[in-house]
Amino acid sequence: MTQGDMTGAKALWATLVGHGITTVFGYPGGAIMPVYDALTFYPEMRHVLARHEQGAIHAAEGWAKATGEIGVCLATSGPGATNLVTGLADAMMDSVPLLAITGNVARHLMGTDAFQEADITGITLPITKHNYVVRDVEELPQVIAEAIRIARSGRPGPVLVDIPKDIQLAPYHGEIARPHARPEAPDPAPEAIARAHELLRGAKKPVIMVGGGALDAAADITALARAWDIPVITTLMGLGVFPASDPLWLGMPGMHGSVAANRAISEADVLLGIGLRFDDRVTGRVNGFAPNAAIIHVELDAAEIGKIVRTHVPVRGDAGAAARLLAEGAQKLELPEWQAQVEEWKSRTAQPDHWGAAYGVQAVVERLRPDDILSSDVGQHQMLAAQLARFEKPRRWLNSGGLGTMGFGFPAAIGAALAEPGVRSVVIAGDGGFQMTAQELATLKMYDIRNVKICIINNSYLGMVRQWQEMFHERRYSEVWLGDSNPDFLKLADAYDVPGYRASSAEELPAAIDAWLSDPKSALLEVVVPHEHAVFPMVPAGAALSEMIESEPPRAPTPGTRKNAAAEEANNA
Amino acid sequence: MTAPTPQDQPQRDHLVSALVRDEPRVLTRITSLFGRRGYNIKSLSVGSTEHPGVSRMTFVVTGDRGVVEQAMRQLEKLHDVVRIIDHSLEKYVDRELVLVKVAITPESRVEVRQIAEDFRARIVDVGRHALTFEVTGDEGKITAFIEQMRPFGILETMRTGRIALTRGSNADIPSHVYHGGETETLRPVVESVEPREERARGVPNLF
Ligand SMILES: Cc1ncc(C[n+]2csc(CCOP(=O)(O)OP(=O)(O)O)c2C)c(N)n1
Repeated sequence: MTQGDMTGAKALWATLVGHGITTVFGYPGGAIMPVYDALTFYPEMRHVLARHEQGAIHAAEGWAKATGEIGVCLATSGPGATNLVTGLADAMMDSVPLLAITGNVARHLMGTDAFQEADITGITLPITKHNYVVRDVEELPQVIAEAIRIARSGRPGPVLVDIPKDIQLAPYHGEIARPHARPEAPDPAPEAIARAHELLRGAKKPVIMVGGGALDAAADITALARAWDIPVITTLMGLGVFPASDPLWLGMPGMHGSVAANRAISEADVLLGIGLRFDDRVTGRVNGFAPNAAIIHVELDAAEIGKIVRTHVPVRGDAGAAARLLAEGAQKLELPEWQAQVEEWKSRTAQPDHWGAAYGVQAVVERLRPDDILSSDVGQHQMLAAQLARFEKPRRWLNSGGLGTMGFGFPAAIGAALAEPGVRSVVIAGDGGFQMTAQELATLKMYDIRNVKICIINNSYLGMVRQWQEMFHERRYSEVWLGDSNPDFLKLADAYDVPGYRASSAEELPAAIDAWLSDPKSALLEVVVPHEHAVFPMVPAGAALSEMIESEPPRAPTPGTRKNAAAEEANNA
Repeated sequence: MTAPTPQDQPQRDHLVSALVRDEPRVLTRITSLFGRRGYNIKSLSVGSTEHPGVSRMTFVVTGDRGVVEQAMRQLEKLHDVVRIIDHSLEKYVDRELVLVKVAITPESRVEVRQIAEDFRARIVDVGRHALTFEVTGDEGKITAFIEQMRPFGILETMRTGRIALTRGSNADIPSHVYHGGETETLRPVVESVEPREERARGVPNLF
């Protein structure tokens, strides 16, 4: 191609190709048509057409969460752009490196309430790491390069670039920007490491807690924990950073965390937190969190240090580098009493033994291989999957941790499946959340994607909300019953040529799982479970971790008090 | 083991400057960050600096030390923010400009003018029933002036908000940079900011 043919739109693709980007997820429209037209000149670029922009951006997130590389999505102006909002907020909360490109109306129409115009940079200001409107075509490649750098550097996050239509069409005469080098993370201060060492050496009840900021430091953190012989807790976002098969692993902390993790935090005298931000779902009531512990907090993002919990030793820097420094000169702590205590707590993990959502989730996750990616949606099934799955490696667990976005799981699994076509990408979803992005079944069909395995845990309810209504609203089940209106999920899948399987009892389940997983195509499994089932352990909102309810309390039958007679009847049946 | 709550520490005013890229929406980005996290900006002044492409904002934020520190760290994360300077960590000069319109009567006129002279306030407008003064100074002086004038009847006031610079007789005495801990000069940081027009030029070619 000669320079004379270059337009803003082509310069955009050339820059993306030059940055090693191979796949983008998107949906076209009037204000981004020049970009879609220019795409036809770049056969090396794969564009995946989703069925909703929310599907496209969650797929880009799934790509990024599985690989650690930047995910890219595209949308048109106005409604296309606003459909990205949820995904941007999600990526912001979970620190996902993401580039969102939107078309906009031509510059002379911007600010005039033109057809399909939305001030998307204004709208997304608080939910992007940074955003741009490109106002000069000569700036376009440089802005894209800078956006990618910002999205990937430091604590990663989403960056949006809004490109007016006339800029996409304008002739471009400049060069194509090349990738920026990733800036180095600051080295942890030696004094901070020394103080941390001192605390660890004197610890009697130490615990390490790691989060999603440590996903790329798994080997160093594993070495660190084993060198000192300190038990490890992995947050929802950090599952897989430490191998679940290691005896030092205590599970996940927080609202639906394990007994061992929550009790260990409540008792600990030294808590070493790495790459986490002490989310309120993790801490419970903040002044009851780790009440006896000196807290060492290793974090790249200075704004997270001291934001929620008081930090005794702040260590600013890269998780891996800090873990290596902290492991240097380590000696195994001989703490037989603490170990015995921790073992006792660990033994309180109940395995689901009767038919229900937990039983179904357990049966699915125990069939996972270490390389399989497990993507979950949001709700009870998500907490069950987080409790029951055993991850040996990082980046095998995709879920919407910070924002809790229903509809995330399925499209994210598609993104991961495309990023790693040789790997099984398994989704666990609820009957509620699956329907928020179920139209992406069409994406499976269109690209003949064969490695996505969807499991719907169908309890006929918005289960997690129902659980809260049960526990905190005296079982007034308000607007959570789906049973009468759910589609026949197998027929729905069949409509998109996706094979479907169903199990409604413990007896049917093993054969259904076998058939589902061994199907050469992407396939859907519906697990029909009893309507009422709550996730335990649970720390009620506003309570301290030590106030955890370990198992389901015996329930007095309460008559239905609210209009949902249909639901009540179904329950009693 | 909780973060300090506002009750733990005294609420006071903190004077902070931010050097920011001179780009559209920078002000919105910064004020919306403050708004979302519930930090109230008591005063804000913005102006250009000696370096093209870099503007300087000076804020007064009220809160305890922990709250203000968190606000500064959040600000520092914004791509548009080049540097944060916390003036409480250094010696500084600060000024505010205020216009005050004071009611006068034939009897009070002389006294009002006398007080204004003591404060080196300049008369910028003269009316039959009011005088408008311009006063510059630090916060204490301005507050004192307003208090002196209050008994005569203040009709209107307008303050610019505080501005501040690090003390030092030479330009090479650096400002105390917020996060770095030790003092470092601002110049190399600011010079890495390219003015908008220049950004598009000189991009190296890869293909
Ligand atoms: C987009 C969105 N809307 C609402 C919610 C609130 N919410 C959290 S969990 C939940 C119920 C999910 O039900 P379902 O998908 O059936 O899964 P289950 O809890 O039954 O496993 C709801 C409505 C949410 N997290 N996201």
